[in-house]
Amino acid sequence: MELYKRSLTDLKNMLDEKRVKLKDIHDSFSYRIGSVDSKVKAFVNTNKDLDIENLNENNYKDTYLRGLPIAIKDNISTDGINTTCSSKMLEDYKPPYDATVVKKINEAGGIITGKTNMDEYAMGSSTENSAFYPTVNPWGENRVPGGSSGGSAAAVAAGMAPVALGSDTGGSIRQPASFCGVVGLKPTYGAVSRYGLVAFASSLDQIGPLARNVDDIALMMNVIAGNDENDSTCVDREYPDFTDYLKNDVRGMKIGIPNQYFEIDFDEEVRESVMNAIEQFKKAGAEVERVDVTGAEYALAAYYIIATAEASSNLARYDGVRYGLRAENVQNLKDMFTETRQQGFGEEVKRRIMLGTYVLSAGYYDDFYLKAQKVRTLIKNDFDELFEEYDLIVSPTTPTTAFKIGEKMDPLEMYAADIFTVPVNIAGIPAISVPCGFDQKGLPIGIQLMGPHFKEEKLIQAAYSLEKILDLDIEYPALK
Amino acid sequence: MINTDEVKYIADLASLKLSEEEVEKFSKQLSDILDYVEKLDELDTEEIVPTAYTIPVKNVLREDKVEESLELEKVLQNAPEKRDNQFRVPKIMDEDN
Repeated sequence: MELYKRSLTDLKNMLDEKRVKLKDIHDSFSYRIGSVDSKVKAFVNTNKDLDIENLNENNYKDTYLRGLPIAIKDNISTDGINTTCSSKMLEDYKPPYDATVVKKINEAGGIITGKTNMDEYAMGSSTENSAFYPTVNPWGENRVPGGSSGGSAAAVAAGMAPVALGSDTGGSIRQPASFCGVVGLKPTYGAVSRYGLVAFASSLDQIGPLARNVDDIALMMNVIAGNDENDSTCVDREYPDFTDYLKNDVRGMKIGIPNQYFEIDFDEEVRESVMNAIEQFKKAGAEVERVDVTGAEYALAAYYIIATAEASSNLARYDGVRYGLRAENVQNLKDMFTETRQQGFGEEVKRRIMLGTYVLSAGYYDDFYLKAQKVRTLIKNDFDELFEEYDLIVSPTTPTTAFKIGEKMDPLEMYAADIFTVPVNIAGIPAISVPCGFDQKGLPIGIQLMGPHFKEEKLIQAAYSLEKILDLDIEYPALK
Repeated sequence: MINTDEVKYIADLASLKLSEEEVEKFSKQLSDILDYVEKLDELDTEEIVPTAYTIPVKNVLREDKVEESLELEKVLQNAPEKRDNQFRVPKIMDEDN
């Protein structure tokens, strides 16, 4: 089997058993990027300074990640390396510092091999909003990989990196993971430092891993989870070794199926595949029960107020003064601001800034923003109550499989793709998307497992079990 | 529900300079989105306290002690224009204002 097809866990073991050289591993992934990325376009930037020939596994043998390659979404700051957020505003921006997760990966002996494409400023569900180019789903002709971490999901699915980091504000790790047939985890809000993550919505954003199996997710969580004094929303707590939970056992796990989510009209093949996976959980000894929750459409409405409000505030910093694009030929400071922002921001970004500014403006704040925050309490309370009795809540990750590039032109239609993922960010709970099947067009389907705050180990154990039970044995997508 | 005058006003608040076409388009799209989010009125939130953050912490502070920060050179590293350790920008008003 080619090295690029192997998981991070496998490669780690092979290095330890001295069955492979580190440079051969990097050669394989580099070769793979060379062969397929012109078609997939997962990367904005690859690490061309990496001296693969002189990589020596002995220099990494005492590190957790053994020198293995990692891809990073391009909204995560890498010192001296372009961090563009797939926006014209930051096209030439090189951060003067590393994000905490990057620092952790470097200290753990991981080697960053490239920055992945995304929807501009993480705003989107298809990676079509990238200012540079759309990423293509490795599984289908002219299909989206999902978004906003579409580049990360496609890179992992196509074998260009064994794992990648993404970010998730309303589903941006889980939805592309589902569309691309890979595993994606959004940790509990506060579990992973946001220091160095270019802010979109500060009360919703989280960084998390994407990989081809749950083992690798556990490995990466061991590296990135943990306190950070540079992020006051990052909670000071100890985490278990997540690899201890890679066991196939769901006996006695209580799983809730939310009626209101399943009553929504969504793709039949997705429904069938997800119901089958739930049936498998039952057969393996889990208790499955139907439960009632506040409808997901309320979470979606609250999300579009809260996320855009926070975004309008966070994106106010892009004014051409200190970094990023600065418009030329302007008469005065105010013109510099407006021209810079007009030139630097794409349509979706402007639309969200407009909506966010509106809902925060005098006279509307109470009706919209405050109301949305109250609904947020209702949704969070729902989950808190459910988790007193249930270990997991389960739903499809997305209402459809990957749609075609250019298919969804209406904003509301695009936003509806996030219906199952958004409540998770609203409540701040962790959730994982795991492949559970394919539709008749050969496009992947994902199931979403949601868990209580700071109990990622429950998700990992359930996801690992499902992986083993379903045994999908996913073959690499043929990329001509 | 949000007309083109309001769109222009909001754009001004957000320091965005939209084209006429964008103003028209956003007026329609933002109205559609605002219609959708009205469904929140279906939920009774009379006695509910708003949630800003879902984490169980408040007032995370550190000791008021001077520590190393980012070197000045790095702070200015991405400046489109700089002088004397400052970011240089066009003047606030032109002569006629």
